[in-house]
Amino acid sequence: MLSAASRTDSAWAVLNEVLDPEVPALSVVDLGLVREVIEHDDGLEIVLTPTYSGCPATEVIEKSVIDAVEAAGLGPSRVTMRRAPAWSSDWISAEGKRKLLEYGIAPPGPALADGAVPIRIVGRRQAAVPCPRCASAHTERLSAFGSTACKSLHRCLDCREPFEHFKPI
Amino acid sequence: MNASIKISAAPELAYLLRLSDTCLILGQRLGEWCGHAPILEEDIALSNMALDLIGQSRALLTLAGQRSGEGYDEDQLAFLRDEIDYRNPTLAELPRGDFAFTVLRNTVLATWLKLMWERLRDSSDAELAAIAGKALKEARYHQQHAADWAVRLGDGTDESRHRCEAALAQIWLYTPELFEDDAVDAEAVAAGLGPAWSELREAWLAEMGEILGEATLTMPGATAFRSTGKRGLHSEHMGYLLAEMQHLQRSYPGGAW
Repeated sequence: MLSAASRTDSAWAVLNEVLDPEVPALSVVDLGLVREVIEHDDGLEIVLTPTYSGCPATEVIEKSVIDAVEAAGLGPSRVTMRRAPAWSSDWISAEGKRKLLEYGIAPPGPALADGAVPIRIVGRRQAAVPCPRCASAHTERLSAFGSTACKSLHRCLDCREPFEHFKPI
Repeated sequence: MNASIKISAAPELAYLLRLSDTCLILGQRLGEWCGHAPILEEDIALSNMALDLIGQSRALLTLAGQRSGEGYDEDQLAFLRDEIDYRNPTLAELPRGDFAFTVLRNTVLATWLKLMWERLRDSSDAELAAIAGKALKEARYHQQHAADWAVRLGDGTDESRHRCEAALAQIWLYTPELFEDDAVDAEAVAAGLGPAWSELREAWLAEMGEILGEATLTMPGATAFRSTGKRGLHSEHMGYLLAEMQHLQRSYPGGAW
């Protein structure tokens, strides 16, 4: 019988290997989705925060988390969703950002503070997102939305490679 | 199982459904662009925004089901109500029109939703406040994107400008409904659930003025026309939209992915 501490520690280790279905370079822990692992009499409770309201991966993540924890012999588990505070790309770990870059996705810069954000229409200078392949800052945004809700599409004007950027939110 | 459900007339429920249905029905309309947008990037953008809106609606419908005490889940509320029990303002259900119409309606509604989510972060209902905190980040991005396009099309070619003017004239007829109060608002304010819709008007006009100014478009004047979707009295377009949206659940009751 594992002690409560070692059971939750083991669960964290397992979760560290559960990959996000849409960004399979990162684990759910790297992405900052896991808030807490709580030991209850009837099993482990894993508290997750969803990234985007409409993210179609949410249900898959929930299922992979439960499957992985149970497959590791850590007993029955359940997932609860905690919406507040809202997930921010600032919660992606330094390790997660490094893995994103390695995978070819430009990691997010710091998210804007949660105060009033003015709409910016003219003269809006978007900070150039450095190319994840050649590190050039000479890039442009091709599309505000990418293949998933969390990414936008860019192009490097030096190495000419298109790349995705994880949006800061 | 595929029979229509009836919902209570509780003001708290109506307040939540007005918001959830605005997201749901606008999301349905944006989804119609999938495979039809003028350029690939916009096809992806409109589908992404539709996903965000439907995700927001799911959270709100789940909450509405819990708060109403009638035991309905998000799917039952999304697919098994009759037209009169949908509470979105009429603007959300108008046909998608051309790209100018879609861009300007998105500008109007994303601005409105952004302002609404900002206020709902302070709701006395912790779950509603949590949903708002998340949705606000998404609505900001939608507003920015729609405003970029409004400027590009309004201050664009003669053709794009002409289409924007025509779209704006039609859309504006339906905007008073976004700022009119009734007993539902009074109850929501009294309970601390959220703002009366009229409270958003001033900020909305200021932001729309800024965007339309950059787009070199003129804000249309007020008219006496009043739409009534949020009271359940919809335009002739709503029945067709619901027929398409509900078809699968009505034909294959309880069908799930």
